[in-house]
Amino acid sequence: MRLRTDGGGRVDRSRSLRFRFDGREYQGIAGDTLASALLANGVHLMGRSFKYHRPRGVLAAGAEEPNALVTVIRDDARSTPNLRATQVELYDGLVAESQNRWPSLERDLQRLNDVLSAFFPAGFYYKTFMWPRRAWKALYEPFIRRAAGLGRAPTRPDPDRYAQTYAHCEVLVVGAGPAGLAAARAAAATGARVILCDEQNEFGGSLLADRAARIDGMSAAAWAEAVVGELAANPAVTLLPRTTAFGYFPHNFLGLAQRLTDHLPSPVPGAARERLWQVRARAVVLATGAIERPLVFPGNDRPGILLAGAAQTYLNRYGVRVGERVVVVTATDAAYQAALDLKERGVDVAVIADVRARAEGPLVAAARAAGLSVLPSATVVGTDGDLRVSAITLGTVAADGSVRVGERIACDTVLMSGGFTPSVHLFSQSRGKLAWNDALRAFIPERSAESERSAGACRGVFDLAAALADGASAGQAAAAESGAAVAPSTRASLVEAASRSDEAVLGALPHPPGPVHKAFVDFQHDVTTRDLALAAREGFQSIEHVKRFTTTGMATDQGKTSNLNALAIVAGELGKSIPEVGLTTFRMPYTPTTFGSFAGLSRGALFDPVRTTPMHAWAEAHGAVFENVGLWKRARYYPRGGEDMHAAVARECRAVREGCGLFDASTLGKIEVVGADAAQFLERLYVNAWSGLAPGRARYGILCRDDGFIYDDGVIARLAKDRFHVTTTTGGAPRVLAMMEDYRQTEWPELEVWLTSTTEQWAVIAVQGPNARRVLEPLVEGVDLSPAALPHMGVATGRILNVPMRLFRVSFTGELGFEVNVPAGHGAAVWEAIYAAGQTHGITPYGTETMHVLRAEKGYIIVGQDTDGTVTPDDAGLSWAIGKSKPDFLGKRSLARASMRAPERKQLVGLRTRDPRLLLEEGAQIAERPGQTPPMQLLGHVTSSYASSVLGHSIALGLVAAGRARTGQTLYVPMPGGDVEVTVVSPVFYDPEGKRLNG
Amino acid sequence: MADADRPWLVPLPPAARFVLQGGAAARAAAAVVWGVDLSDQPCRAIVHEGRATLWLGPDEHLLIDRGGDDEALARALEQTLSAVPHSLVDVGHRQLGFEVRGPRSALILAGGCPLDLHPTRFPVGMCTRTVFAKAEIVLWRTADDVFHVEVWRSFAGYLTELMSEIDSLLPRMAD
Repeated sequence: MRLRTDGGGRVDRSRSLRFRFDGREYQGIAGDTLASALLANGVHLMGRSFKYHRPRGVLAAGAEEPNALVTVIRDDARSTPNLRATQVELYDGLVAESQNRWPSLERDLQRLNDVLSAFFPAGFYYKTFMWPRRAWKALYEPFIRRAAGLGRAPTRPDPDRYAQTYAHCEVLVVGAGPAGLAAARAAAATGARVILCDEQNEFGGSLLADRAARIDGMSAAAWAEAVVGELAANPAVTLLPRTTAFGYFPHNFLGLAQRLTDHLPSPVPGAARERLWQVRARAVVLATGAIERPLVFPGNDRPGILLAGAAQTYLNRYGVRVGERVVVVTATDAAYQAALDLKERGVDVAVIADVRARAEGPLVAAARAAGLSVLPSATVVGTDGDLRVSAITLGTVAADGSVRVGERIACDTVLMSGGFTPSVHLFSQSRGKLAWNDALRAFIPERSAESERSAGACRGVFDLAAALADGASAGQAAAAESGAAVAPSTRASLVEAASRSDEAVLGALPHPPGPVHKAFVDFQHDVTTRDLALAAREGFQSIEHVKRFTTTGMATDQGKTSNLNALAIVAGELGKSIPEVGLTTFRMPYTPTTFGSFAGLSRGALFDPVRTTPMHAWAEAHGAVFENVGLWKRARYYPRGGEDMHAAVARECRAVREGCGLFDASTLGKIEVVGADAAQFLERLYVNAWSGLAPGRARYGILCRDDGFIYDDGVIARLAKDRFHVTTTTGGAPRVLAMMEDYRQTEWPELEVWLTSTTEQWAVIAVQGPNARRVLEPLVEGVDLSPAALPHMGVATGRILNVPMRLFRVSFTGELGFEVNVPAGHGAAVWEAIYAAGQTHGITPYGTETMHVLRAEKGYIIVGQDTDGTVTPDDAGLSWAIGKSKPDFLGKRSLARASMRAPERKQLVGLRTRDPRLLLEEGAQIAERPGQTPPMQLLGHVTSSYASSVLGHSIALGLVAAGRARTGQTLYVPMPGGDVEVTVVSPVFYDPEGKRLNG
Repeated sequence: MADADRPWLVPLPPAARFVLQGGAAARAAAAVVWGVDLSDQPCRAIVHEGRATLWLGPDEHLLIDRGGDDEALARALEQTLSAVPHSLVDVGHRQLGFEVRGPRSALILAGGCPLDLHPTRFPVGMCTRTVFAKAEIVLWRTADDVFHVEVWRSFAGYLTELMSEIDSLLPRMAD
C-alpha cells in the first residue's frame, strides 16, 4: 500500500483488516475508518450525487461529509443506510455499499441527469410535474419517490436492543477537542460531576491530527491522552466516546446517542447496540469545533478534490496519503500546514494557490522555506477528470478583479480550504442568539439562552493556545455556576504552535467572463452557484425560501459544509449583507440518529404497560378472549367448544338473563372522596343531587365538563356521611381524578375534602342475573341480601370468605345484580369461591362483549361510544338525573343556553331494522328519506349495534336529530348495498318497567 | 457471591398501607397511633421498627407497616383521628412494594426514572412520587444502595420486566 505512511498516526499497522466495498475486497488496518481505508487503497470515488448522479469522492474526514454516504450491511436485518464513510470505524469483515447509483458506482445510468442538467434547474419539480394533473399519482410521484431519498431502509424487524438512561451532571462538555478537554479538566478539578462526550471513537479532536503543535512539552496527541487518562481516573467524570450530542432541549436537557457495538466485527449477543443518554446538566460547555469550508469553483466536486484539513487528518491520524501529486487552493493559513505535512511525508505538492492577494505569515514563510511554490491572488478556472480529478486550471486575479487564465497543472488531488465555520448547531438549538462576525466571516454565539457557554473553535477561537485557555475558563465558570466548589485555577497550558490568521473567503471564487461550468455549493443536494442565482432572480429574498426552492442545506448533512457559502452567494445576488439575508434554522438531530435509540425498550411486550386484573389468570385458564381497553386487558368473551364470538356472546347473554353471570368489573375507576365537604364537592361536580343521598345508598352519576357535555359517568355510593365511593369508566379513571383534583385544589380550596384513587385497591366481581342472590347468600357474612334490606342501589359492608367486602346492589345488565368489592389481593380467591358456589345456579362467566349487549338491551349508554363529547345529559335521555334544584354544577350554565335545549338536537334513540337479522354498522349514517345520493341531509348516526339473542332480533342505539319526537318513524341507513329501513323506538328494548332489576 | 449474581429486585411481603390526607392536626394525631412522626419536610420518609411514613405532598402521607393488620390499624387510626379533619384510605392492596438493591440499583432506576439519584441529591430517607418509564411509582431510598419502590399492582409486571431488561443491558463491571 504505497499510500500508507511508514509510521505515525493513531492506527495499528500490525493488525490488518479485510473489508468489502461495492463487492470488491480491500485491506485496511486497525484504527481506520472506511474512508481512510479506501483512500489508502487509492479509492476516492465513494458515492454519486443526489440529483445529477455525478461521481463523488470523499470531501471531509468527519461528520460533515456530504458525499461518501454508504450502507453498511451486517446481515438481512442489519443494514444501515446513509452512514458517512468518514465515521464508519473499520472492522474485519465489514461490508459496505455505495448509494444512489445503478448498476454500479463507475457506470451509473442516471448519470444522464448530469448531461440533461439544463432541464433540471432548481425548483424544476415544482414546475415540471404540475401538468397534466392526473399524471401526478400514476407517473410523477412514483418516479420522484424512486429517485428521491438516500439509501434504503432494511425491511426486516431490527433485531438489536437499544438502551436508554437518564443522567445528571453539574457540567456536560460536548466535544473532546482541545477546548472540550480543557473545559472538562477544569470542571472536574472542582469535584463537579462531569460528562464529556465526543462523536468520535477517540477523544482529542483536532489534536489527533496535529503533528506540529506541542502542548506542555508533549505532542498534541500525547497531551490529549494524558488529559483523558486524568479524567478517566476521576470517579465523578463520565467519558462517552462514540457519542453524538444530537439535540439540545429546554432547561439544559440534551440527547446523546452512544454507539456501543457498531464498530465491532459482530454484534455481542444480548448487548445494547446503542444507548440514549438523556442528560440534565446544570451547566453545559459546547466545544463542538469548526468545520472547514470548501471553495466554490467550477468542477470543484470531482473525486480527489477534498478539504485540506481532511487530507491532514488522513495523513497524520490514519497514516494515509490522499494522493501523490497535490495542488492546494486556499484562503487560510491552515492549509499551509497541511501542505507542509504532506510534503514531509513524500507527497509532491505542485503548488499552493492562495486566493488572497497577500500570502504572508509564519506558515507561508515556512512553506516557502520548504521549497513549496506559492501562487498568490490565485483562482481556479476549472478542473478535469471523470472518476478522479486529473488536472486543475488556475488563474490569477488582477487588482481590477479581472481573471487571467493560467496554467493547467496535472494532479491527482486538489486540497481546498475556504475558512472555518464554527459548529453552532447545538447552540442554535438551545435558542441561543448568533451574531455575524465580519472579521471571522462567520456567525458565532452571542447570547446564551441556557446555562451554557461555547468554547474554542465553535465560537471562533481558532488558535490552539487561545482555544485551550478558552476551554479551561469555560469549564471552570460552568462548574462554578453549577454550584461546585471553586477550585484552584488550573495552570494555563504551554503551547508551541505556529500562529495563524483567521482570514477566510465566502462564496464563489472569481472566474473569467463567459459561462461557468458547474460550481457546487451544496455537494449532497447538488446545488450550484447557478441554482442560487436563479432563486434570487425568481424573487426569493429569504434564505429560508431559497433553501426550500433550491434544497440547499437539506438532506442528511443539513448543509454543514455549504450553508455559509450559499448564504454569501445569495446575499451577493440580492445586494444585501449576510446578516440581512439571515441564517436557516438548525434542527436536531446534528447527525442522523436511529429510530431504535428513540424507541429504546418500548417495543413488543414492553411498548406499553399491560394492565391485568387479579382474576386475569383465571380468565386465561378458562379460555377467555381478551380485548384491550386502554392499557387493560379485559376478558371479552369465554368461548366454549369451538364457539365463535357471536355464539359465545349469545349464550352468555341468555345465561345472565336466565340464571346467573359472573363478570370482572375490576378495571372500573374508583375514587374515594372523603371529608366533611365530600357531598358538597360532588354536588358541584356531578349533575346529580348528592346531599340527600343516605349512607348505604348509591346513585348513578353524570359528570359534565363546564361546556355541558357528558364527560364521564358511574355509580357513586355513600358509605358514610363524609365518605363516598365514586366509580368512573375504565378509560376515564385517570382523567376524572385529575379533573377532580384540579377543581379541588384550584377552584374550591375552601372545601374540606380529599381524593384517593382506589381503582386497584378493589377487585370487583359482578354477579348478575335472577339467581345472583341465591349464589351470594351462603358466602356473605354480615349483610342481609333481602330486597327490603338491600334494595336496588343499596350498599353494605360486610365480609365474604372472611375478607372485608363492600357490596353494591347495582346492575348494568338490567337483572338483579351485585358487585362484590374485595381487596385486590383476595380477588382471585373470592371469584373462584363465587364461581364454585354458583355451579348449581348455572353461573356463567361473561365478558365485555356480553356486557355491552346486555346494557344496550336496557338502553344504558357507554360514555365514548354512545356519546362523543357533544352530547348533553338530555340528549342521552338522562335529564332525570339532573338535580333540578341545585344552585350550580359543572356545565349547568352551558346547559341553560337555548341551543343546548333546542328540540332538534341529536338525541339517543333505539333503532330496529325491518329485517330482524340485519345488523346495522356502528358509525353508519341515518337519513330521513331513501334513495338519496351525497351530498345529502343526514340526521345522525348509529352508535351501538348488536344481535340480541334474548330478544331474537338485532338492536341498535343511535343519535338522531329530534330523535325522541320521531319515535315510530321510519328512517334510512344508506349502505353500499342500498338503504336499510329502520324504525325509531325507545332505547330501552328489554324490561322497560325495570321489574327484573328490582327483583 | 459476586454482586452481579445477587438478587437485586426483591418483591416485598404484603404490608398495611394507608394514604392519610389532612393538616398538621391529623398528622400529629396519626403519629401517636402509628408511633412514627409524619414529616413536615417535603419528600422525606421517617421509619421506625417496620413502620414508615412517607411525605407525598403538603397534606398527603403514605403510611406503610410491613406485615401489619390493615383492619385493626384502620380502626385505631380512625378512632384517634375522628375529631380532626382528615381522609384515611386503605391502599394496602392497591400497590405492591419492591426493593431494588445493590451497587447497580441507582443505575437500573436511572433507566426509567428521570430524577437525579446521586446520594447528594436523593439521599437516604428521601421519597417521592415519580415515574418509571410509563408507570407511576413512589421511590424511597432506604439505604445507600437500596431503593424501596411502590407501584400500583397492575403495573408491577411492566415495571419488573422493564427493570430486568434495563439491568441486562447495563455493562457488567468486573467483580
